Amino acid sequence: MVAIPSRHKSLVLLAGVIVLQVLMLAVQIKRDSEGRLIRVWTVGAVSPFERAGSSGFGWFRTTWRHYFALQNTTKENEQIRRENDALKLQISQLQGKAAEAERLAVLLNFRQSHAGVPMIAARVIGTGTASLTIQLDRGERDGIRKDMGVITPDGVVGKVVESYPNASQVLLLTDKESGVGAMLADSRTQSPVGGQGEPLLVMKYVPNDDTVNLGERVITSGMDRIFPRDLPVGTVAEIKSGNPFKQIRIKPAANLERLEEVLVLLSLRPLEMKNEENTGDAQPHAPGAANPPQAARR
Amino acid sequence: MNDAFDIRGESHIEVHKFRGGAIIVATLLALVIQAALPVHFSKAAILDLPLLVTIYFGLSRRNPSTGLLLGMVIGLLQDSLSGPRVPLGLYGIAKTIIGYLASSIGARLDTEHPAARFALTAAFFVAHQGLMVLTRRILLAQQESWFNVHLFVAALVNAFVAVFLFLLLDRLRRN
Repeated sequence: MVAIPSRHKSLVLLAGVIVLQVLMLAVQIKRDSEGRLIRVWTVGAVSPFERAGSSGFGWFRTTWRHYFALQNTTKENEQIRRENDALKLQISQLQGKAAEAERLAVLLNFRQSHAGVPMIAARVIGTGTASLTIQLDRGERDGIRKDMGVITPDGVVGKVVESYPNASQVLLLTDKESGVGAMLADSRTQSPVGGQGEPLLVMKYVPNDDTVNLGERVITSGMDRIFPRDLPVGTVAEIKSGNPFKQIRIKPAANLERLEEVLVLLSLRPLEMKNEENTGDAQPHAPGAANPPQAARR
Repeated sequence: MNDAFDIRGESHIEVHKFRGGAIIVATLLALVIQAALPVHFSKAAILDLPLLVTIYFGLSRRNPSTGLLLGMVIGLLQDSLSGPRVPLGLYGIAKTIIGYLASSIGARLDTEHPAARFALTAAFFVAHQGLMVLTRRILLAQQESWFNVHLFVAALVNAFVAVFLFLLLDRLRRN
């Protein structure tokens, strides 16, 4: 055996550790499910802290914003304001809670208006650092499974890519590898909409001779068998001619950069949304609207 | 004093030890804050707190083996928390190398001055991003740009935050 000089031991260790991780990367690329166990352990251990951290930061943000917003008043009110600072701070905290209650009420109303569609509300407790993912505080124990759709009352958010016992991870629509079956609400032209790692989405396969208008609504087509038909995806923000398809960029309907609560569609079968607001111009009579969804189920 | 410095003849550089559990607590806190903070402050996504913790403990402990192993653990934990689209090892490889480099440089230079910490953190941040891009391009066949203005700004912001974060972490040292 050749003895390794002590000053080179750390270099040998570095090489060994790097090779190990490169091999691990190689294995994961071949078999997508590898590494799941370590993820389950890590997410299981850290998600309670994330949940606590998320609540703590929420409180801090609310306090910070509302407290410093109160600084912009006139000098003559300064003394009165000082006397009332503690009270106003309390009010600002209550306002934060009220805003949260309002958001939750919107979710509840949306859920009640789609009583036939099984869904569950979840809170966003974390974000991914490299890919455009968010982490939810609900998982397998709440019925959430991989490939389930995630929405807000405003529109489509993404889909569940991993489900753990008490948490789940959602790939946002804006991620490069994300996509949704969609169509233009007016012309009923169908085309998938995908992300590009940017705030805007892209609609890929609309022929040049089709008419598309700026501001036109884009809704789900139901063709991906994840999202029910007629959910808002976004609005057309930019149109350019291309060869052979137009280059259409879509502004997402849901505010994907400021998600706090979402709804997870608890079904892996095609669903149908009975939403009067959205179905006015999106009835399933359009040409190309093949594959009508099956009846909703609970 | 650490034996490693006797080998290099640099025994004047002090090796810092930390209170029990300080490294584990700081690492977990960095990972939790990194995941939770951008939910409420989207601009906070520019920070890479696990990297800053890796750099700090690498510079302070000044032991390459410890530095690279800590970097590996932090990197793999960050990979695990970054969703299934991020393969295990992407952050792991980059932080392993940064942990090694930080502890190697920490053993040769005095890194206690805020200006040195600022410059080193900015350089390590850029190196970390370079390693990530290299891994994505070579091992994952993903096209990523090498340099952009966002990276430059992120390096400066992280270096600025590091100066204050490191002062905070200095309090965990055992005298």
